Amino acid sequence: MNRGVIHVDESPVPLERWRQYLPNWLKRFLPIRGGRSQDHHGKGMFGFTVFLLSESIVFFSLIFTYVALRLTHSQNWLPPHISGPKLSTFVIINTIILLSSSFVIQTAENFLKRSQLNKFRWLWLITICMGTYFLIGQGIEWSNLDFGLSTGLVGSTFYVLTGFHGLHVLSGVILQIIMLVRSFIPGNYNKTHFGTSATTLFWHFVDIVWVLLFSVVYLWRA
Amino acid sequence: MIHNPSENLAQNREPETDSENNWRQYFSFSTDHKVIGVQYMVTTFIFFLIGGLLAMLIRAELITPASNVVDRPLYNGLFTLHGTIMIFLWIIPFNAGISNYLVPLMIGARDMAFPLLNAISFWMIPPSGLLLISSFFLPNGTAQSGWWSYPPISLQIPPGQPINGEFIWIVSIVLIGISSIMGAVNFVTTIFWMRAPGMTFFRMPVFVWSVLSAQLLQLINLPSLTAALILLLFDLSFGTQFFKPLENGDPIIYQHLFWFYSHPAVYIMALPAFGIFAEVLPAFSRNPLFGYRSLAVASLGIAFVSIFVWVHHMFTSATPSWMRMLFMVTSMLVSVPTGVKAFGWTATIWRSKLHLETPMLFAMGGAAMFLLGGVTGVMLAAVPFDIHVHNTYFIVGHFHYIVFNTITMAIFAAIYFWFPKITGRMYAEGWGKLHFWLTFIGANLTFFPMLPLGLQGMVRRISSYDPRYQGWNIVASLGGFLLGVSILPFIANMVGSCLYGQKASDNPWFATGLEWTTTSPPPRDNFAEIPVVKRPPYDYGDPKYSVIEPPDYHQQEH
Ligand code: HEM
Ligand SMILES: [Cu+2]
Repeated sequence: MNRGVIHVDESPVPLERWRQYLPNWLKRFLPIRGGRSQDHHGKGMFGFTVFLLSESIVFFSLIFTYVALRLTHSQNWLPPHISGPKLSTFVIINTIILLSSSFVIQTAENFLKRSQLNKFRWLWLITICMGTYFLIGQGIEWSNLDFGLSTGLVGSTFYVLTGFHGLHVLSGVILQIIMLVRSFIPGNYNKTHFGTSATTLFWHFVDIVWVLLFSVVYLWRA
Repeated sequence: MIHNPSENLAQNREPETDSENNWRQYFSFSTDHKVIGVQYMVTTFIFFLIGGLLAMLIRAELITPASNVVDRPLYNGLFTLHGTIMIFLWIIPFNAGISNYLVPLMIGARDMAFPLLNAISFWMIPPSGLLLISSFFLPNGTAQSGWWSYPPISLQIPPGQPINGEFIWIVSIVLIGISSIMGAVNFVTTIFWMRAPGMTFFRMPVFVWSVLSAQLLQLINLPSLTAALILLLFDLSFGTQFFKPLENGDPIIYQHLFWFYSHPAVYIMALPAFGIFAEVLPAFSRNPLFGYRSLAVASLGIAFVSIFVWVHHMFTSATPSWMRMLFMVTSMLVSVPTGVKAFGWTATIWRSKLHLETPMLFAMGGAAMFLLGGVTGVMLAAVPFDIHVHNTYFIVGHFHYIVFNTITMAIFAAIYFWFPKITGRMYAEGWGKLHFWLTFIGANLTFFPMLPLGLQGMVRRISSYDPRYQGWNIVASLGGFLLGVSILPFIANMVGSCLYGQKASDNPWFATGLEWTTTSPPPRDNFAEIPVVKRPPYDYGDPKYSVIEPPDYHQQEH
């Protein structure tokens, strides 16, 4: 018995006709008929996307707190003699590295889909380096700032927001390293490997969040 | 990653042993959703007992106007942990447990979508709960600022104490939250991806719809609590200033983040209860569920509207009046889908021959009590009234009518209803009825007096009060002790019936859900063969389908 190919009952179900208006990709992503449980990759990616939806609310809440505090406490935002987070070239380069790594990892993933395992591994390694560079860069930036975690609201918000994002970059890099190691284990790697697809998606997520954080923290001038 | 399901079947199926012999699996790291479901239910029930003991201590303190049983800090710790345990360690994880047990069976799946993740979600609960309770033994006791943990009160801890009750409180709630998020990911994926062939959305039982709605709320709203608690933890222990009013911080932001989760949380608790009513009421009135589709969609409707009402908990928090008006309107809108539900339940049992077995008693009792809980809720949604009774015992009465008299009653209905399925044995009907009547009378004696007390102005979270409130308080305390006693016949019944109960048939209630088409208890893979679904979910009394399933139902379909 193979559950994957069980014949799906096609008898008409009134009021479910809305299904036919959905685009195909959505039908694949959101199985509406049931009986799809054998598609491990699809199931896993669905679950992971749902998880990222949840994660994005954590970041949304943090950004909401930042914006609300900044709007209502703008006059006390920067304690005297503190310049706040600086939009230095260093930060900009760091940002560019992080954002372009999204393209690198996507290309790697595409190579995997075409079963070009070696090219996949090289690009994957480059992504790991770029992520690590970002983390080190953030550490250097932090150590050069003239304020700390408890220096007014600016310190509280800056370190908690960027720190929480940095923690996600770190998790992403760890995931990438695990996937790279696993790609050398013979047998368990195929072109729709769930772990790499999920890591890629996670990496894009971390990048999009950085764009938002970067805009409110660095670009929003008092 | 890709494996052959039939091979999997052969490996995973445990030998059909007697339940006496395989009790050990309930103490093991099992990935079977049925084992995990039972683990959840038993663990959370133990927490329920602990929470109940704390409640009885609170009621013992309140039987006299003076503060004479416990001192004030301990009293604060008691109500804080009582509320926290009941919400985060009883109702929400119990719902996760019963949903774990039932959802795969109801949609014709072999297991949840991610069995390993499921086991991890469960195993995070006992340590987090123990961590929380262990804070009673800290030098300064547990957290004392109530289950809301509003700053700045929650930040007022004695200095020089890095690990304090509040710290432990935050850490355990974050851990429980992570467990819930993993559970929610699992439930939503399971319901979308694991349904048997032909199990379309509009053939899913309303219980599954309710679980889907509740778990979507967990996904969308729970993270805001996590964020709030992370910020609170930083304020508490690492010197940040998010919520400290004296240092430019803003405690109101915490309230927004907190209620953005905790209002929907009340529906995360209530929706599965509504789903249980929708399963039990039709089965014991032998009627199809009235307005099945509207009841199914109303679950999503309730979930959706409840995302936009959180400010009704902040009417007295210096909220601008345009915001008050807006959220008053949205709050009252919730009563539309909720009314649809209540109407559907009533119409289902209307003029039918009722079979008043214990599950039905609990379901009808719970649904009836929801009337008082819901009506007081709509009253509270009205700004002028809320300003009058905010932070009084009226609130306590309102939510206990819902969380105890409705949801906990529904939970008991579910336990009795699916007991034969889960254990393969019948419970003792007489003991069940005794349990029901003790609970029903005890609950009303306990929680009704709180409504007049609140209207008269008795504020909550106090251990001593003006003597003129004593009359109703005595009634409530005696009711509380009765409630405590009422749990004894339940425990006796469950333990006794598990061990010595009569063997149950596969479908003792002649119910129509898919879970009743497999054996009691179900085998490791739930169904001998995955069913192909071609019927609506509640076809009681429809001559087209026989009420009593022929035992070889699946074979006929092929
Ligand atoms: C259906 C399940 C419901 C549950 C489980 C529930 C639960 C609760 C709880 C636990 C509280 C107290 C929160 C606290 O500690 O301050 C509360 C307060 C409140 N509830 Fe409900 N509730 C429900 C339904 C409703 C409905 C339908 C409405 C309005 C339409 C409503 C309106 C309110 C309001 C306005 C308050 C705040 C009262 C105040 O603090 O001044 N509730 N509810
Ligand atoms: Cu509410």
